[in-house]
Amino acid sequence: MAEAPDGFYTALLDDDADALYEQAPCAYLSTTTDGLIIKANQTLLNWTGLTREEVVGRLRFTDLLTTGSRIYHETHHLPLLLMHGRAQEIALDIARADGRTLPAIMNSVVECDGEGRPMVIRTALFDATERRHYEQELVVAKRRAETSERDARALSALVQQTLIPPAVPRIDGLTLAASYRPAGQGDEIGGDFYDIFELTGGSWVVVLGDVEGKGVEAAVVTALVRHVARAAAAHSEHPSEILGEVNIALLGHSSERFCTAVVVWFRKADSGWTAEISLAGHPPPLVTRGGTREATAVGRFDKLLGAFGDLEFADTTVDLAPGDSIVLYTDGVTEGHGVDGWYGEDRLRALVAATAGTPPSAIVDRVLSDLLAFQNDHPRDDIALVVIAAS
Amino acid sequence: MRRHNVQISGPPSAPPMVFAHGFGCDHHMWQPVASTFEDRFRVIVFDHAGAGNADPSAYDVDRHATLAGYAEDVVALCHDLGLHDVIFVGHSVSAMIGALAAIIEPELFRKLIMVGPSARYLNDDGYFGGFDTADIEGLLGALEANYLGWSAGIAPAIVGNADRPELGDTLTASFCRTDPEIAARFARVTFTSDNRDDLAFVTIETLVMQCRDDIIAPEGVGEYVRDHLPNATYRLLNATGHCPNLSAPVETAAVIARFVDG
Repeated sequence: MAEAPDGFYTALLDDDADALYEQAPCAYLSTTTDGLIIKANQTLLNWTGLTREEVVGRLRFTDLLTTGSRIYHETHHLPLLLMHGRAQEIALDIARADGRTLPAIMNSVVECDGEGRPMVIRTALFDATERRHYEQELVVAKRRAETSERDARALSALVQQTLIPPAVPRIDGLTLAASYRPAGQGDEIGGDFYDIFELTGGSWVVVLGDVEGKGVEAAVVTALVRHVARAAAAHSEHPSEILGEVNIALLGHSSERFCTAVVVWFRKADSGWTAEISLAGHPPPLVTRGGTREATAVGRFDKLLGAFGDLEFADTTVDLAPGDSIVLYTDGVTEGHGVDGWYGEDRLRALVAATAGTPPSAIVDRVLSDLLAFQNDHPRDDIALVVIAAS
Repeated sequence: MRRHNVQISGPPSAPPMVFAHGFGCDHHMWQPVASTFEDRFRVIVFDHAGAGNADPSAYDVDRHATLAGYAEDVVALCHDLGLHDVIFVGHSVSAMIGALAAIIEPELFRKLIMVGPSARYLNDDGYFGGFDTADIEGLLGALEANYLGWSAGIAPAIVGNADRPELGDTLTASFCRTDPEIAARFARVTFTSDNRDDLAFVTIETLVMQCRDDIIAPEGVGEYVRDHLPNATYRLLNATGHCPNLSAPVETAAVIARFVDG
């Protein structure tokens, strides 16, 4: 052994087992399993302000605690200790003789005799005054964060409600069904939207689209698109004109977010309806005929909104006889991704074709359940789906 | 079944004994005592809504804002399991939950055993319950002070149990762990409850088991329960503290056995 530095042996002799126990930088006590204190070190006496004679053989461990901590000890700490033989980092408050309290963190172990019967509970207590302050701040901060999160969710839900009509309208001669599922856990505002509104003269317009991105900023753009589309429809004659005005509005808006959209204008005809369709960078809707098992994509794709000036959008008109339907969707449907790859337009078209002639609500249910099953119930993108059938 | 993490043991056709845990822990509290009845009783233990491994959806802020909500759970649980002539053993606040269940549907129960009961924890004019309103706030403070610990730090310590292998796998990480928000609500419901006027309506045969030096339910509190129950037997145990089911399981089981077998 190397030569010890000066003072080593003096310190060693001075710091004997007795001093190690009595002057330890933690309070240390032993009790019976009933809690009667059988031994306590000087640190504990200093902290509590009690004498050894007042404590040992007279007080129970719970006598050292504030009443709230006593209840906690009896209902939580002690059962834990009796069941597990130890309990760690339990926070309790020591009641001092002068009326003040000392926040403490304690570790306890149960010592058993040779036959495994509990004999003694040993407890070390650490002064946790500063730590408790800090922890209280953490608890307050955690609460505040939880409140903020709740508020944010409520706000998201509220904003989300403005992206779609509160209910699908009842229209004489048309049957409608819609589904709208933002991606995620409901804490984020999606970019998909749709709108359905009536114009003077009994015609109806359906707008469905997808604003780039998510969140409040996307919601602001969505609101703009919906309102401009409604205003434009009032003085337009074709869906392409509505898209043209939305495009100009988006180009003039500071957000620089793009948007894809499909606008369908329904007008009453002699035997059913006509549907005039215009697209802006959006997947073309699928039209099914009641008597067949086919689904046809209708409309010219064209460029998306908010990116280019001087755009001309095309209109395509189809007749809808009773039993025919038209399926509008966002790319959250066709770009759904599962273990088998992309969901894809072919799969959607085949499914829609198979549902030809069934009510819109049945078509929506079939597509949605197939799509969710495909993605193992975890869609990564928003899904908007509107189905309109002539009746 | 899953709702309350119900655990059933003992012969299927034996008379049923339902053990209910109190505030603070879960059904494991009863394990040392309940296991001694498995030879001749159908033993049922469960976790109250919001405790232990009960289905989180079982807890309802409104339903469980009073002990009556917990009592309705007990009645529903007995019905779901098709039980009748139930011997109900309730520890701590579950003693009163059992009493309320026996008032809701007396014909469901044969005997009631109350371990450490209190009809009211707060002192009142001429009544000693043991606690003042400020003490409840103190308890909520203690719950909060252990908030962080329970959230994260305690779990590993509970899982590892190398020192006491005899406890085996029956213990789970959930023991004594409760959602801090629910624990605070259950604390308030428990310690502000007042069931003194209900006692007269508990007509079934009841055993009141009282410990010595129980600061949660002192002897005077247990005697009050005895004196106001129409049909009570009273036993003062040698066990001390509030949890004789853990600290003195042999004596606790023996006293219960004498009452149910006799």
